[in-house]
Amino acid sequence: MSNVPSDLKYTKTHEWVRTLPDGTVEVGITDHAQHALGDLVFVEVPEAGRKLSAGDPFAVVESVKAASDVYSPVSGEVTASNAALAGEPEAINSDAYGKGWLMRVRPTAGAGAALLSPAEYEKLIAEEGD
Amino acid sequence: MAFIPHTRGDVESMLEAIGVGSIEQLFDEIPANLRLAGLSGVPEAASEMEVGRLMTERARLDGRPLCFIGAGAYEHHIPAAVWAIATRGEFYSAYTPYQAEASQGTLQLLYEYQTMMASLTAMEVSNASLYDGASAMGEACLMAVRANRKSHSKRILVASTVHPHYRRTSVAVAGNQELVFEELPYCTEEGCIIVGALHRYDGQDITALVIQQPNFFGRLEDVDALCDWAHARNILVVAVVNPTSLALLKPPGQWGTKGADIAVGEGQPLGVPLSSGGPYFGFMAARMEHVRHMPGRIIGRTLDAAGRSGFTLTLQAREQHIRRAKATSNICTNQGLLVTAATIYLSLMGPAGLERVAAAAHARTRELVGALTRVPGVRRLFRGPVFHEEAVALDRPPAPVLEKLTARGILGGLDLGEHYPELGPALLVCATETKTSADIERYASALAECMREARAA
Repeated sequence: MSNVPSDLKYTKTHEWVRTLPDGTVEVGITDHAQHALGDLVFVEVPEAGRKLSAGDPFAVVESVKAASDVYSPVSGEVTASNAALAGEPEAINSDAYGKGWLMRVRPTAGAGAALLSPAEYEKLIAEEGD
Repeated sequence: MAFIPHTRGDVESMLEAIGVGSIEQLFDEIPANLRLAGLSGVPEAASEMEVGRLMTERARLDGRPLCFIGAGAYEHHIPAAVWAIATRGEFYSAYTPYQAEASQGTLQLLYEYQTMMASLTAMEVSNASLYDGASAMGEACLMAVRANRKSHSKRILVASTVHPHYRRTSVAVAGNQELVFEELPYCTEEGCIIVGALHRYDGQDITALVIQQPNFFGRLEDVDALCDWAHARNILVVAVVNPTSLALLKPPGQWGTKGADIAVGEGQPLGVPLSSGGPYFGFMAARMEHVRHMPGRIIGRTLDAAGRSGFTLTLQAREQHIRRAKATSNICTNQGLLVTAATIYLSLMGPAGLERVAAAAHARTRELVGALTRVPGVRRLFRGPVFHEEAVALDRPPAPVLEKLTARGILGGLDLGEHYPELGPALLVCATETKTSADIERYASALAECMREARAA
């Protein structure tokens, strides 16, 4: 069973979103996604200052099996990215919701409507498993 | 021998399993207007015997001229052992192995090749080779765009002293990926890039600078200053180098304070004979920080489950079977056989042997240019040091003179007029360790005769 924390929002493309106290949002890939990808060997994260629209690819994760784009769940400007992943991509495998975060974004006002609740995301991955 | 192992029955049962009527149907999604009906200009298949005979006849037309043309492909002595070993069955049949680890000997050879190339270029990592020097430069430009995260312009500054074919090939390889190539002017007196003229690019977003050393004219660029200029402006440096020259010249990994970011070049001088343009092989080496952006593949040494040492395909980060639709390079092979020859060549020569080859080629070129410039109407074109190639100016159009030389069995050099008309009538000439003083004397006296005849005509 995949770990789907109840305090986060999700996307259909398997990103998680955490709203931080300062109003920025932290984004990563879900436990389900890291499990499907297998051992990660390379992660390319965006530069701070980059402007993103919801749905834009902002990162690339490469595992021993495949390379995948990661899509921004929100529109906004990148405030930080997780540089530690360059030397330790496996942090996404071991701690997808913590040390495996990819970027922080300051969302533009009114963005972030179409996110999934934990229950909706659990349903999505259960259906995918069929 | 059948190269496609599936029988008609195999194919039919596979098609049935996926519910498709024919193999052709699998390509239905490709629109008809993008499909090629047939290959025009390609003759009917011929038997091995027919092809062998045709090639022998064509080779005879080339004759055995005394060759003083370099310009990117160089005649060097190849010890007999190189191809005797490279054509052993264990190596000769080897294409890039698909079940790579089953071919430990091939992987070990590629690993040793990479080690030698990294050492020769003083770079941290080398891939297992690319198609040729020109396409390696195109790949290096694409790689620089991926690796330089601080630049978004995809603008590549290319010295106009880089081989003209390499510049054209790079546009062909990378031009459709929105890369913009801009040429840096050179000094027509020195035959080198003018470092002082670069300030007009200050403050602009530029992704990479491409420099060739020695440059197309054989001249030595101020690579330290060019490299430092680029790095101070977050511009990555792509070095195009001649592998033989690295036995004498400062390797790209040591250019300037930081060293070049990517080094590429033509591997042909390392044990591959001149043969109507190929097959040759390209090499590529880089700083470790850029390894994930490198095209091609890297072989590594490792331990198996039982703790025995072995070799494995360590990295193929850009290739189609890893990144599928997101592959950023169409390179998914290496030039196995030619790399085999180069690895054997380098191991037979050793560092001291390669240095002797490079020093002899340099000395022969000096002797050649000395002899040619004693001929009336011939002078050195540029001032300053060269490696094993130099431009000489003639007082008349080179084409008829070269024709007369060819009739005497001498390939006198490359007419620079096609690519650098601003230089006036000029020849690019080269002599390697394969040329003797008698050869050089023969060329010089033939040139004197041909110039006299051309003047009289």
